[in-house]
Amino acid sequence: MLIAPQLSYSLLAPILIVLGGALLGVLVEAVMKKGSRAAIQTAIALGTLVLSFAFLWKIHGQSSKTAAVNSVSIDGVGIFLQGTILILSFIAVLFIADTDNFAAQASAVPGSEDERASVLAGKQQTEIFPLTLFAVSGMLLFPIASDLITLFVALEVLSLPLYLMAGLSRRRRLLSQEAALKYFLLGAFSSAFFLFGAAFLYGYSGSMSLDGIASAISANSSNDVFLLIGIAFLSVGLLFKIGAVPFHSWTPDVYQGAPTPITGFMAACTKIAAMGATLRIFYVAFGQAEWQWKPIILVIAILTMVVGGIAAIAQRDVKRMLAFSSIAHAGFLLAAVLALNTDGLKGALFYLATYGFTTLGAFGIITLVRDSSGEVTDLNRWVGLGKKSPLAASIFTLFLLSFAGIPLTSGFIAKFSLFTGAYESGNTVVVVVGVLTSAITAFFYLRVVVMLFFTDPKNDSVSVVIPSFMTRAAIAVCALVTIVLGVAPSLLLDTAQTFATFIR
Amino acid sequence: MTTSSNLVYLIALPLVSSAILLLLGRIADKWGHLLATLVSASTFVIAAIEFFAMRQRTGDARAVTQDLFTWISVGSFNVHASLLLDQLSICFVLLISGVGTLIHIYSIAYMSHDHDRRRFFAYLNLFVAAMLLLVLGDSYLNLYVGWEGVGLASYLLIGFWNQKPAYAVAAKKAFVANRVGDIGLSLAIMIAFAQFGTVSFTGVAAGVPHASTAALTGLGAMLLLAAAGKSAQFPLQSWLGDAMAGPTPVSALIHAATMVTAGVYLITRSHFVFDASPTAQTMVLIVGGVTLLFGALVGTAKDDIKKALAASTMSQIGYMILATGLGPVGYAFAIMHLLTHGFFKAGMFLGAGSVMHGMNDEVNMRRYGAIGKVMPITAVTFGLGYLAIIGVPPFAGFYSKDKIIETAFNAGGTKGILVGGAALLGAAITAFYMTRVIVLTFTGTKRWDDEAHPHESPSLMWIPMVILAIGSVASGFLFNSGRALVNWLAPVVNAAGVHSEKEFLPATTISLMALGVVAVGVAIAITKYRTVPVEAPAGNILTKIVRRDLLQDDFNDRVLVRPGQALTRFFVGMDNSFIDGIVRGVGGVIALTSTNLRRIQNGYVRSYALIMVVGVLALLTTIWMVTL
Repeated sequence: MLIAPQLSYSLLAPILIVLGGALLGVLVEAVMKKGSRAAIQTAIALGTLVLSFAFLWKIHGQSSKTAAVNSVSIDGVGIFLQGTILILSFIAVLFIADTDNFAAQASAVPGSEDERASVLAGKQQTEIFPLTLFAVSGMLLFPIASDLITLFVALEVLSLPLYLMAGLSRRRRLLSQEAALKYFLLGAFSSAFFLFGAAFLYGYSGSMSLDGIASAISANSSNDVFLLIGIAFLSVGLLFKIGAVPFHSWTPDVYQGAPTPITGFMAACTKIAAMGATLRIFYVAFGQAEWQWKPIILVIAILTMVVGGIAAIAQRDVKRMLAFSSIAHAGFLLAAVLALNTDGLKGALFYLATYGFTTLGAFGIITLVRDSSGEVTDLNRWVGLGKKSPLAASIFTLFLLSFAGIPLTSGFIAKFSLFTGAYESGNTVVVVVGVLTSAITAFFYLRVVVMLFFTDPKNDSVSVVIPSFMTRAAIAVCALVTIVLGVAPSLLLDTAQTFATFIR
Repeated sequence: MTTSSNLVYLIALPLVSSAILLLLGRIADKWGHLLATLVSASTFVIAAIEFFAMRQRTGDARAVTQDLFTWISVGSFNVHASLLLDQLSICFVLLISGVGTLIHIYSIAYMSHDHDRRRFFAYLNLFVAAMLLLVLGDSYLNLYVGWEGVGLASYLLIGFWNQKPAYAVAAKKAFVANRVGDIGLSLAIMIAFAQFGTVSFTGVAAGVPHASTAALTGLGAMLLLAAAGKSAQFPLQSWLGDAMAGPTPVSALIHAATMVTAGVYLITRSHFVFDASPTAQTMVLIVGGVTLLFGALVGTAKDDIKKALAASTMSQIGYMILATGLGPVGYAFAIMHLLTHGFFKAGMFLGAGSVMHGMNDEVNMRRYGAIGKVMPITAVTFGLGYLAIIGVPPFAGFYSKDKIIETAFNAGGTKGILVGGAALLGAAITAFYMTRVIVLTFTGTKRWDDEAHPHESPSLMWIPMVILAIGSVASGFLFNSGRALVNWLAPVVNAAGVHSEKEFLPATTISLMALGVVAVGVAIAITKYRTVPVEAPAGNILTKIVRRDLLQDDFNDRVLVRPGQALTRFFVGMDNSFIDGIVRGVGGVIALTSTNLRRIQNGYVRSYALIMVVGVLALLTTIWMVTL
């Protein structure tokens, strides 16, 4: 007899609501008149995210549970990361709502008559909103998925919309489309590795669930080749998404080519989702086999920090610089994987949340620096911006200082708690390299500060546009969080502490 | 011990007043000096009340304490910000607030033409607050706060007219020389903490019997270094002469009567350390003896009236330091000389200021002469101070200096003869150079320009001078009658029951000897300066050396400054070539790596995919090697 599976809808509600909102957005795109679409889409996207958060709030107090036949685990880490992703997505949508950043008609060939006609006609397609929501639903599922199939589905659900979104830039469309294609090709490549790894792990343990893999590992202490190949290949898929060296090559090109609000969204939310999944897999499934994988993760963490930190120095484009900086930060976060303890986990949760706010805010500022032909990302043309637009430059400086981990910003507390966790678990090497790399990263962040404030502006038409209300609000929130969590970190650190548990 | 809640006002009032005057700025220009003077006077009133209350009490109940707050609490190290007013500190509190108030009053007139008078009074109040904290702190650390505070006030006031580069340099010189001494004090505090686990006076005193001689000698030496810096004693004496760049009331209050005597206070307060370490005590004796002769010699060749008085101050403090080095019998006499000196030296400085005031700020005594006729009050008050300092009975200096000479001789043996001889010789030289000042300034023929119109100073200036002159006349007799001051201080300095076993010579003989050498000194001076050339004669090599302050600055320059500069140049060179070279090298390597890494990022998907494949292969290899 076939028994209908118990799905526990209330626990899945946050994801389902976002999916529903996305579908609604598709309908609106098809049915509604052009003029009113943008406003309605924005309202739907924001409303969906709020509603989803409300349902998440309802279940946040429940003791850890699994849902959908054990394929997802609703536990502390999962709920914390889902909440973070929802809040950050909300802010990202505020940036995306400035549709001026996106192609008027994505299907038009760049530079063609079609394109010019659609721009002149004032057309503005708004498929970006449902795409965002689809991606968010995948991101919500990724860190709570507790079997390999669900993980893969979530990975694809979050990735596919992002491939498209990366190609939707209004200006420099060829660069944007090139980025999208690169992202897609390399993403597919890495997904293949992921699947291959999943197959090996199934071959090793006879189970698709993380729990089952963990019990197989503890039951069989021998070094099974299948397990090791499985871990290696699965890691490739995950490390690709978080942008770890040597699977990082796509990051600078895609970050540079994608529309800036989307870059911010990817840099903040994708990293959180991917890092959440990585933490879950290594803590829950591979925790018992730590002696086999720790050396490779250690090497990758160090490589990631060093390459990210050093390569950023030579960058002349602010988006590429932040791309390499995000690679270095991925390296720092891998220290939490190595830590394998509650302190490291707590540090990682806090780090992800604060890094998300800072990143979104920084990319938000970048969207504002423009000349007559659109955004200016060449750092040489940012020179002296502090004299022209002290407020924007100051806020950008705040974000840079937080990236660099200067005290009184959230970035300092984040690095400190993360490294403390890693140090206490005996991973001295990664902490030492991490601190040294932080010094290197501080160099290029501060160089930008020097350019902004201590160099005379060139006679150049670059200026900071007056942002819309939503953009202003979003930047203000990001700046506020960066300062408040730097001054009073316990507000979030205590919450992270409470939520830093996985169920097995 | 009695507790009181009034002590804090002694410090808080001038501190708040100083802050008000500095923060309000020009708004307070009209009444700032009045507020400052009023506040200074009220500290004197509080001090007087406390003094009479203290006299009512007996024995241990005389000392008053006030616990303000817990300042530092780290593990077993606890420091309370607490004040202690005992028989020793009340002497200082009365001197500081009393003389301080007189000088505030004097300054109202003296500084009336200076458009920064308010700032001047703010600094004066700051000084009074810091100096009172210095003498009221109940631990070395609390004292240290006041110690640094008076250093700051002194620096600000020496450089008060810092629009003149030479004055700014003088302020800096005083500051730097004081830093050397301050390092001594901070090291002393560290030694005390390391040895005794506490820095309070009572705690250290209780720990002294259990401490090793080496530790006590080290502690004593560091305290002596601190005292030498603050009190301009050998070898840190060089700053005091230049400190005369400050306005004359400052020279009177800070660089004659109070701050420069802080070293004497420090040694007396730490008597338990020096009593337990004969080596440290001998060092004190040597420093005091050398300085008293050094200062006196320098004083003989100075044509600048303020610098002559400054050299005299140095020499007189040498007497006090010498007395503290004589052990329990000496402390009371050191304090007695300190108090009488506070009167007569402050009085003479104010007199000098009064002369300068009337002479368009001329300080060269060779251009004075016959001023006694036009400025009779100044001449008389200055003259009374003069009689006091050279030790003519019954003026104040006679009692205090005579006692020190007598005690020095009674130290016994070669030491007694050496120390006593130095003190006696110092008295002779003092008589010579002070007579020289009097002769050059007040008597003889007038040598000033026609533009100068010397006149008697206004009453606001001469009233303080008169009061101080009364002190120069009477204070010594009062302190000495019935051993009043000695008995008063005995409980603090542990001098009860101490008598020197044998007298070197009868006290009367020593007094007569002292008077004899003073008479000789006076006679030589009068004979030598019957005629005074307006331009100083060339003089022989000895005169030249003395005029150059016994080559103190040349010595410091050759031995400390130039090697120091050479060392600095060496380190700067090291820093530029070696250390910066490493830094630049690291930076260069990183930048080069960065450029190369950028080359790998070539934009081709096929390359990126290849990198990933290489990465995967590397992963597999690593795993294979790890599990092998």
